[in-house]
Amino acid sequence: MELGQLQRRFLEYTRSLHADGFLDDQFSQLQQLQDESNPDFVLEVVSLFFEDSEKLLNALSLALDQQTVDFKRIDAHVHQLKGSSSSIGAHRVKNVCIAFRNFCEQQNVEACRGCLQQLKQEYYLVKTKLETLFRLEQQIVAAGGSIPLME
Amino acid sequence: METEDQTLVQDCTTENLEPSPVQDEYAPVIFSQETVSHIVSIDMMSGKEDRGNILRARASGKGVLTSPFKLLKSNHLGVVLTFAVYKTDLPLRAAPEERIKATVGYLGASYDVPSLVEKLLHQLASKQTIVVNVYDTTDASLPINMYGPNITDTGLLHISNLDFGDPARKHEMHCRFKQRPPLPWTAILASVGILVITLLLGHIFHAAVNRIAKVEDDFRKMEDLKSRAEAADRAKSQFLATVSHEIRTPMNGVLGMLQMLMDTDLDANQQDYAQTAHDSGKDLISLINEVLDQAKIESGRLELETVPFNLRTILDNVLSLFSGKSCEKGIELAVYVSYQVPEVIIGDPGRFRQTITNLVGNSIKFTNDKGHVFVSVHVVDELWVGPLGVGDEVLRQGPSNTLSGFPVVNRWKSWENFKILNSTEEKIRLLVTVEDTGVGIPLDAQSRIFTPFMQADSSTSRTYGGTGIGLSVSNCLVNLMEGEIGFVSEPGIGSTFSFTAAFGIGEMISQETKWQKNEISVSEFEGLRALVVDGRTIRAEVVRYHLRRLGISVDVAFSLEYACSYISSSCNGSESAHVAMVLVDRDSWSIETDPTFHNLLEEFRELSRTKYPECPPKIFLLSKTLSSTECHELKSAASVDGIILKPLRLSILVACFQEALGIGKKKLSLSNKRKLPTLENLLKGKRILVVDDNKVNRRVAEGTLKKYGAFVLCVESGKAAIPMLEPPHNFDACFMDLQMPEMDGFEATRQIREMEYKFNEKIEGGEASREMFGNVGSWHTPILAMTADLIQANNEECMKCGMDDYVSKPFEEEQLYSAVARFYQSG
Repeated sequence: MELGQLQRRFLEYTRSLHADGFLDDQFSQLQQLQDESNPDFVLEVVSLFFEDSEKLLNALSLALDQQTVDFKRIDAHVHQLKGSSSSIGAHRVKNVCIAFRNFCEQQNVEACRGCLQQLKQEYYLVKTKLETLFRLEQQIVAAGGSIPLME
Repeated sequence: METEDQTLVQDCTTENLEPSPVQDEYAPVIFSQETVSHIVSIDMMSGKEDRGNILRARASGKGVLTSPFKLLKSNHLGVVLTFAVYKTDLPLRAAPEERIKATVGYLGASYDVPSLVEKLLHQLASKQTIVVNVYDTTDASLPINMYGPNITDTGLLHISNLDFGDPARKHEMHCRFKQRPPLPWTAILASVGILVITLLLGHIFHAAVNRIAKVEDDFRKMEDLKSRAEAADRAKSQFLATVSHEIRTPMNGVLGMLQMLMDTDLDANQQDYAQTAHDSGKDLISLINEVLDQAKIESGRLELETVPFNLRTILDNVLSLFSGKSCEKGIELAVYVSYQVPEVIIGDPGRFRQTITNLVGNSIKFTNDKGHVFVSVHVVDELWVGPLGVGDEVLRQGPSNTLSGFPVVNRWKSWENFKILNSTEEKIRLLVTVEDTGVGIPLDAQSRIFTPFMQADSSTSRTYGGTGIGLSVSNCLVNLMEGEIGFVSEPGIGSTFSFTAAFGIGEMISQETKWQKNEISVSEFEGLRALVVDGRTIRAEVVRYHLRRLGISVDVAFSLEYACSYISSSCNGSESAHVAMVLVDRDSWSIETDPTFHNLLEEFRELSRTKYPECPPKIFLLSKTLSSTECHELKSAASVDGIILKPLRLSILVACFQEALGIGKKKLSLSNKRKLPTLENLLKGKRILVVDDNKVNRRVAEGTLKKYGAFVLCVESGKAAIPMLEPPHNFDACFMDLQMPEMDGFEATRQIREMEYKFNEKIEGGEASREMFGNVGSWHTPILAMTADLIQANNEECMKCGMDDYVSKPFEEEQLYSAVARFYQSG
């Protein structure tokens, strides 16, 4: 596919991600921090996020499976996840985290389990989408073009 | 015998001859020629003449000629030649007696002179009758006429000698023309003619030579004058250029200094003075530029560019230029461009803008506190239909149907003298009209207004200012753009100036190029529908034009009542009819008294709310510029969603809509670019410690701060942060996360502050020298809290434990900036 088309697709995809709420402004901010001195910034940060989140999700699953649920611990994990997701702009993930924390306060195990499910779902969704986005980015870079920024 | 007269006619017929008497001698003719056979046997000695002749002949031995006498038979005058015939050879000098003795006989010949003459001269055939006279001129004093009439002398006489053989006698023949020769008219006329012609030729030649000399003389004089004039012109241009340049340089210096002065701290009066001086300086510079332009145009050195540009943007710019002035004067300023004008045209945008600025400036200058200045652009082809048939509302202007309601002159008259009113395939011709309701141009001045340095009258400069060059420069520019300029004006009503200009047709800019150029994204508003409430058609058309540029389709209602009925009656539920915004002109409001308008507005709002419950249309008020306080009052009093200030410009509309409708993200990129340099100024080179337990957060914070040029170190817990911030250390600031396991931000900060306090005491107490602790008298590292929850309680706690400020996580540009700035200004 030629460069212009790739760039257009990229922009459209980014816009749709924003429109659907998967990503918010913070993600665009991250994109803007990326430049020649820092060419892989976004990729780096997002990879860290993936790593981090997966660890946290595993820990959460473990914690919720226990006989006695340690809500403090869960709260701490969710807090972490909320922090990192909001840092990269994973909007929906962050929202679920907020809800999760509320349930933690209420010490509602069922609700928490439900939230965890949702959390996992959202996380995997945003992961796939970001991976697609990066693939497009790579294609554009391979074709010799620059990544167009969304306004 | 008959007696003979020597000269008389002898009647001699043979019958009259008698036998000769007895004589001593006889000389009868024995032999004769046949022609004179009648003289046979006539005694020659009978005639006196003959006798004398014979005697003489025999005595002299030579031929002898008689004098003329009448001959026998023919009776013509003639002469006889007689020779003696001798018996023996005589010696040459013999005596006459001897000769007479020796004579045996005689030989004679008669010359019949007339017949001789006639026969001989028979061949003389000439046009002029020749009279021949033969004279015996033996006796010179008494010539005997032998032949020919006695005639008068007619001039030319040709005398020839006749020699009959007798030396003793002389004969002459006189030939003359019978008539005098007539005047040789041909010759005379011809020669006179030739003379005249020659004289004429000579005269012509002479005159030509003179003329050439004169012309050459004139030529030399002209050459001289021309070179002087050229020198003068060059001198003038050079003078203008030099002087202008020389004036501009110090002028720029003055303006620059004034600008710098205005940037410093001045009180209100001083600011006012500086501003006035600056404005005067700018006016002076623009005057100089105008004069230079005039000189450039006159010397033909002005050239136009050909680049693609957007006409509508240029007009918006011109409006921006004059919006302040027009609002001051209370005049309504508006622009309208016909749909048929292409988006991109090729020409010289600068000069085009200059021309329009000139005309609009003039209009505004000469219009005082009432009415409007209205700029409209059409394609000339739209005019062909005539004023009544034209589809475009603006062109189809009626006497009361004007922008502000004030009467204007008939614009159609301003271009009625234009010669070229059509476009070709490569070049599109646009018609620009600037209409105002000003004081108009007095009739006697109207013929002079395009002359440079001429103003309507001498007082104009005093009353209105200006130099009078503007219109002449515009005239020249319009001519360079292959157009024509014209106007119509009536004192007391107003003036309308129109000009045409030819441009190339540009290609449409694609949407992507627009995006990449960061231009206003039309697609945000594409497909929306708007309702315009305005009693004046032309003004409504202007609004429609602007909204159309954004892709919004427009319906017009003439008053609020109409608007209400429109809303209630429009098709139910169809999305396409959904009105997203309503623009009400202020005039529609001021016409009706306030309470009724209010009620109507309420009614309208109710209707629209019931009609479109999820998304009621936003109501905007279109008004001439108000101060911000007036704006606020109006907004709350009329409870409208926004106030759009006129003159209408695309940027203003977009901003208002975006604000009210919430469409379109804020241009963070722009604000980034604005704030970036200032944040960079604050953070560049600073060493910052970031404390956060979350890897992702650390990375993001690091990246963000690095963008501003700071050097960042990250640690993942409060515990790790404390030794880093133990004095002496190199850090300029610390960003501390609040929620961390083991030791949270509050605790860490508390410990750090304790550390600092202890060290500061030591230094003050003199226990430790300042040099040991990096020469800083009092340690206080700025610590800013990073928190996702910005709750008031948090803030108090932050302050309690010794934090200096807080920022949100993830970083928000403005907050970050204000926090850092706050610290660095006070610190």
